[in-house]
Amino acid sequence: METRGFTGRRPPPDLGKRVPPGQSVTRDFPVLSAGPTPTVQTESWTFTLKVGPKPVARWTWAEFNALPQTETTRDIHCVTTWSKLDTPWRGVTIDDLLAAAGIAAPTPFALAHSYDGYSTNVPTADLVGGKAMVALAYDGAPIAPDHGGPARLLVPHLYFWKSAKWINGLQFTEQDTAGFWELRGYHMYGDPWREQRYTDDP
Amino acid sequence: MAPGIGARSPWQAATIAAIVPRTGRVASFLLTPERPFAFRAGQHVDVRLTAPDGYQAQRSYSIANAPEDAAAVELAIERLEDGEVSPYFHDVAAVGDRIELRGPIGGHFVWTADDGGPLVLVGGGSGVVPLMSMLRHRARAASRVPALLLLSARTWDEVIFRDELLALHDRRDGFELVLALTREPARRAADFGRRIDRPMAAAILARLPEPARSAFVCGANPFVAAATEGLLAAGVPAAIVRTERYGQ
Ligand SMILES: Cc1cc2nc3c(=O)[nH]c(=O)nc-3n(C[C@H](O)[C@H](O)[C@H](O)COP(=O)(O)OP(=O)(O)OC[C@H]3O[C@@H](n4cnc5c(N)ncnc54)[C@H](O)[C@@H]3O)c2cc1C
Repeated sequence: METRGFTGRRPPPDLGKRVPPGQSVTRDFPVLSAGPTPTVQTESWTFTLKVGPKPVARWTWAEFNALPQTETTRDIHCVTTWSKLDTPWRGVTIDDLLAAAGIAAPTPFALAHSYDGYSTNVPTADLVGGKAMVALAYDGAPIAPDHGGPARLLVPHLYFWKSAKWINGLQFTEQDTAGFWELRGYHMYGDPWREQRYTDDP
Repeated sequence: MAPGIGARSPWQAATIAAIVPRTGRVASFLLTPERPFAFRAGQHVDVRLTAPDGYQAQRSYSIANAPEDAAAVELAIERLEDGEVSPYFHDVAAVGDRIELRGPIGGHFVWTADDGGPLVLVGGGSGVVPLMSMLRHRARAASRVPALLLLSARTWDEVIFRDELLALHDRRDGFELVLALTREPARRAADFGRRIDRPMAAAILARLPEPARSAFVCGANPFVAAATEGLLAAGVPAAIVRTERYGQ
């Protein structure tokens, strides 16, 4: 439905192909979270890998930082319609995490868990094959608490709420289990190119 | 199922029935959707504008009216300089125009009178909008749940919904309005003439008859960060604080 008198402010043509429908490019780094920013100390930080209810590996901050690290520069897309291009991250890919735990991807789905009690679900296929990492640095510096530091999940090809802030574990599940936002009306998968924002989006 | 959780919210057309200036930079747009919908106080809608060539821009706006008055959806939109969508509403949109929207959206930043209180609401600028819906709902439901709104604005004239909030305060039914003006001295005895800080949070919490049961903080991100910090430092448990951030 055309809106009378609306012309819009489009992204430059060279960027257009990189911006999913309904998104606009921002230079800032907006913040979206459901509650207060938790204070997470690296001295007590741990990351637990679980298969179902069973922990299979756990790392301290120092151990986690000793895992192989990968750098990646990616475009990110928030469901509240901003996109930020070329964001530089460093962290441990889920492939390297599984290798360090000595296991192969055990189940088709996963839930990321966070220090503030939130969770989000992602299919395992979207985590492996270099598609996702547990990020430890943004733009060459530790990730600010507002942006999910000390560590956050990075799954840049899905809407950014899937990139759980303040992550403290990954749990592999047989079933696709809705996380915090998914229980509150947000999409189970969240592909920005298909505009899967809310539960009932195809 | 509660609205907004798994409820369908397809795009639909809504007509601008009225435009009400609220402050120099904020106006309310009353939209009548083709298919009116139930919602809970605190939820928002997404609005979508389409250019002649099909290009679309989409933004979220909180619902300002009470769920009891759901015939028209009231959006209170602040005009952001150089913005794409908010200046369209202020400079171009007119009564009778049709706008696409979908909603209600959001199942977290919501309050219903049955949820009880005391209820602490903290808003910065246009962050008052979903809190206004909660307070209007509280009034329409004749709830006596103790409620307090700490609202920060630059000046007295920039307080969105000021006269309605003052009138709600004057009902003396357990709701108290506290203003924090950041560029002017306070005008009312209960108000503050500075930014929200920890002593202010402690002072307003002390005015509640019992400890807060839920707190909602809404506004631009730096505001939400500072206000939340103040509440936590004043002893409010993190688990009862819900936030909504409007962007940078
Ligand atoms: C859940 C939710 C509820 C909300 N409720 C309300 C509400 O009730 N009332 C309200 O007024 N707002 C609300 N907002 C904010 C609203 O969605 C919009 O973000 C806001 O209206 C700005 O949109 P815009 O298109 O006018 O500005 P945008 O075009 O998005 O720009 C925002 C700001 O960034 C600057 N900017 C944009 N692009 C660039 C660039 N490339 N380079 C440099 N600067 C740039 C602009 O100048 C502008 O100041 C809400 C947001 C959320 C997430």
